[in-house]
Amino acid sequence: MDKKKKRLITRTIILALLVVAIAYVVYSTATKDKTSVLQVGDQAPNFSLIDLEGNKHVLSDYEGQGVFLNFWGTWCKPCEKEMPYMNNQYAQYKDQGVEILAINIAQSDFEVQKFVDQYGLDFPVVIDKTKGVRNAYNIIGLPATILVSPEGKVTKIVTGELTEQQIGAMMESIKPQ
Amino acid sequence: MEKETITCACGHVNPYGTKLCEKCGRPLTEEEKNTKVVDMRYDGKAIRSKTYNRSVVDKVWNFFSSVKVGIALIIITLLAASVGTFLPQEFYVNVGTLGDKAAYYENTYGTIGKIYYALGLSDLYSSWWFQILVGMLGISIIVASIDRGIPLHKSLTNQRVKRHESFMKRQRIVAEGEVANSEQTLAAIEKEMKALKYNVRRDGDALLAEKNRFSRYGPYINHVGLIVFLVGVSLRVVPGMYVDESMLIREGETIEVMGMPGYFLENDKFILEMHENDEDGPSGEQVRQGVNVVAKNFQTNAKLYKQPEGALPGDTDNLELVKEYSIRVNHPLQHDGYSLYQMDYRLDELYTMTFDLVNKETEKSYGQLTVQLDNPAATYDLGNGSSVEILNYTPDFAGFKDGVPQTNLPVPDNPAFVFKMTTPDTPDGETSFVAIRNTLEPLGENQNMLKFVSATTRNSSGLTIHKDRTIPIIVVGGIIFMIGVAIGSYWNHRRVWVQATAEGKLLLAAHTNKNWFGIKKDLDIVINAAQLPAYVDQLDLNDSEEKQEGDEA
Amino acid sequence: MSLISLSGNLLFVAFLTYLIATLFFGGAVKNSHDKSEAAERHANKWGKIAIIITVIGFIANLGYFITRWMYTGHAPVSNMFEFTTTFGMFIVLAFIIMYFMYRAVVLGLIALPIAVLIIGYAAMFPTDVSPLVPSLQSNWLTIHVITAAFAQSILAISAVAGLVYLLKVVDVKKASKERTALESVMFFVVVVIGFVLVTLVFRGMGYEAQFTYVDKDEIQREITYNMPAIFGMNESAALTEDVMQPLIETPPIINAKKLTTVTWSLLVGTILYALLRLISRKRVSEMLQPFVKRANLELMDEIGYRSVLIGFPVFTLGALIFAMIWAQEAWGRYWGWDPKEVWALITWLFYAAFLHLRLSKGWEGRKSAWLALIGFAIMIFNLVVINLIIAGLHSYA
Repeated sequence: MDKKKKRLITRTIILALLVVAIAYVVYSTATKDKTSVLQVGDQAPNFSLIDLEGNKHVLSDYEGQGVFLNFWGTWCKPCEKEMPYMNNQYAQYKDQGVEILAINIAQSDFEVQKFVDQYGLDFPVVIDKTKGVRNAYNIIGLPATILVSPEGKVTKIVTGELTEQQIGAMMESIKPQ
Repeated sequence: MEKETITCACGHVNPYGTKLCEKCGRPLTEEEKNTKVVDMRYDGKAIRSKTYNRSVVDKVWNFFSSVKVGIALIIITLLAASVGTFLPQEFYVNVGTLGDKAAYYENTYGTIGKIYYALGLSDLYSSWWFQILVGMLGISIIVASIDRGIPLHKSLTNQRVKRHESFMKRQRIVAEGEVANSEQTLAAIEKEMKALKYNVRRDGDALLAEKNRFSRYGPYINHVGLIVFLVGVSLRVVPGMYVDESMLIREGETIEVMGMPGYFLENDKFILEMHENDEDGPSGEQVRQGVNVVAKNFQTNAKLYKQPEGALPGDTDNLELVKEYSIRVNHPLQHDGYSLYQMDYRLDELYTMTFDLVNKETEKSYGQLTVQLDNPAATYDLGNGSSVEILNYTPDFAGFKDGVPQTNLPVPDNPAFVFKMTTPDTPDGETSFVAIRNTLEPLGENQNMLKFVSATTRNSSGLTIHKDRTIPIIVVGGIIFMIGVAIGSYWNHRRVWVQATAEGKLLLAAHTNKNWFGIKKDLDIVINAAQLPAYVDQLDLNDSEEKQEGDEA
Repeated sequence: MSLISLSGNLLFVAFLTYLIATLFFGGAVKNSHDKSEAAERHANKWGKIAIIITVIGFIANLGYFITRWMYTGHAPVSNMFEFTTTFGMFIVLAFIIMYFMYRAVVLGLIALPIAVLIIGYAAMFPTDVSPLVPSLQSNWLTIHVITAAFAQSILAISAVAGLVYLLKVVDVKKASKERTALESVMFFVVVVIGFVLVTLVFRGMGYEAQFTYVDKDEIQREITYNMPAIFGMNESAALTEDVMQPLIETPPIINAKKLTTVTWSLLVGTILYALLRLISRKRVSEMLQPFVKRANLELMDEIGYRSVLIGFPVFTLGALIFAMIWAQEAWGRYWGWDPKEVWALITWLFYAAFLHLRLSKGWEGRKSAWLALIGFAIMIFNLVVINLIIAGLHSYA
């Protein structure tokens, strides 16, 4: 009987392994489109970009401050709309340890400069010329806003237009204690 | 309760389900006793699944162990796969979003298309049920191979030379007759069989000649190969194993390679060559179908760069050139497990525009300026006190909103400018809105104008980026499969048993798993040389009768 | 004589030689009543002559292949005409190999007409030399296509043996499903002859009719019919004067030109079949029966099985593995579920089922013969329907 029991156990193990493997494959395929590379709670990928004045901005340099990352383009109407809101809120929160980095996707200095001048933006605007930062943050639609806590963790990912109120609340949430 | 064992007349205890005694070969089942030719599949060994059938696990196991189920799964997979070719699959349909796809199928193929899409047949091969079907086929292959391979292996390695007469007489090829001296004849047979590269074993007045036993393992080896292959395919879903991205890159641009962090690609030039419309050009049907040119070559001259160790995304300082390569169809750029394939292209995107600043009346020129559309300058000094300032630039002009030009996209499909022109004659400057085939002078009549002179364009190249770490596993699986299927198909296991019977006769029986024609040729040689009686093919006698169908499950 | 016209002439020579060889094979197997040794010797002599003629034909055929390769600079397997011709040539080669393994003369009587029909069918497609688009400029593609065509030819021999088996074994005097099925196979063969005939007749007449139509993307296009239009394309309008107007207009997803060709072939094929039946007062399968009377069933079954055994590994290598290597090289993915790929997989799965049924379920003889015919039907479906109707990466023309 011992032999039989052993055989039963072997069979059970083999079948269970196969079923689990198949279930894993089916599950992974089904959820492939939904899992984005970046998720809330992840360490925000570090990057280094240059602003219009030629200054280098490295995300990790802002450790200890909350960082409001905004991916945008001049052709994107909702981006254009939320820029003045961001500017207003920035005036209020920059002294409370919240920084904004507006990341333009690979446009010319000229277009970005004109845009900044037009809206009189006070926060740093950097250009992702090689689209590497966009890839690292897996940005597909614009505008996209990512909140980074003073500890460097992603606390919120929003794709789409924001109201001034939302922007204020979001900045509040990443204010260092 | 099922019977646990069967005891043969020779005293050997066989497991339940055995058809032919493991030791002497006597038929054990009624069915085997009544047939003229015994069932030699798996050498009469009990198939394991036949032996126990108690718990749910055993029942599931037995289900997958059945060849009948395996064949059914093959046929279902085959039919399901064919349904997917009825209309194009989604990944071959060139539309953006989900809603567009549904509309595409309905618009193009009518109601049938709508149903096809609704049933999910338009993405059949990645559907959960198709994957489960293939998975079940995999289970069937594994379980059936374990159940059959292990007993067969045991039986083949424990073969006795001496078999019972009833076993031998029930072989398909049998010869029986008187010989003068059985010992001499056996020796002659041994010699002949050895010359034919058989392994010969003797046990008293019995002889077993065997050849190509390894070919019996062919099916099991190829099944292992298939499983390895399927495992390789499945591993694709494990993060990091598989990358499939695409990107469009303009000539002159350097951008990060999608899915390949830390690497940058510079597109030096995209080349599209056509077969000329002469002797090596398209002809016949192609011309009749309106094809005037056939592409000969798509090529991207590219430079691949890598960031220095530890550099951050976005940091393009000190890029180091890794490789310079001309990417063509069938000739991807390969580096570090990644491959960049030439897939697509866009021709003639506006790149620079040249204008001439002239006096409208006298047509006197103050000088020319060339605007690089992906990097316009704020002002262009034309010398002699003339200059042009760009007040606004919209790459894809889409009308005005509150007096400000708007753009649709960042791509220069329809560039428009607001220029401020300053010349010694007009020191205060004049403002002009310039778009393609459209000039406005919003602040009143101007003296001067910017006359469009010429434009240059550039091409973009569409590349896909692949990394597939499962390839080595797939390759190993493929090789194992081919080895298995080749040895199973091109070699066959041939056995010849000879023994002197008690009545002083010589009994010969032969078996092969396939290619009876081949073993008969061997036997002809042996029988001739050893002066044996002719053999009979017991299946040849009942030529017109159908061989009975196997009923093993 | 230029290389390309030499090539065309060699193919024509091969075509004729195969026809002549078929007659000799007919002579070799016909003397069924006379069982004497003299008759046997006579039959052997005819068989020997027949195989010699076949080999000569094959050499001419190979000559076509090589000269065309030299002329075009790439393996002549890049369009429908070239590929189908190669398939026909390899069927003859596979037959020659099988003949020397088993000396079964009767195989030639079926294999050669099939090869002749396939080459005839191929010649109905444009024979012009066309340049290669970049994705086809690959050595792996050449290796893949040639191996796959050869594998299919070996597998086709199993259908040839199966057909001989069935012609002998099916009782054509008694109504049965089997008899109907076998006769349907014969009918299909006659329809293929109908296609060749009707194409040749209209080509000889130089028939041409141009139409404009609106395709599924609502773009106006032009099309040239080489046969009187039975079916018209979506919103078609004639450009050529004095031609038959389409009888029926079709929706945009249907290619009415191809549908017209199919309908003409069916029409002529059916008339041809009806004439055959009327004149001989026999079923076509019954007419063929005297030729297979002496066939050894056991041997046919063995050949049918053996050719699948030999062909299956070659098919795996050529149609799947080499194809995957090429796809990996050209597109970076070894498998893309392209219709042609899927049908190669279906063919492979079918023959896998064939082998399992035979090995484990004892499906031999009749059942095995029918399976071999179905396998051949799948390959023909793949060649004709998938190439011409369901467009994919492999779609020719």
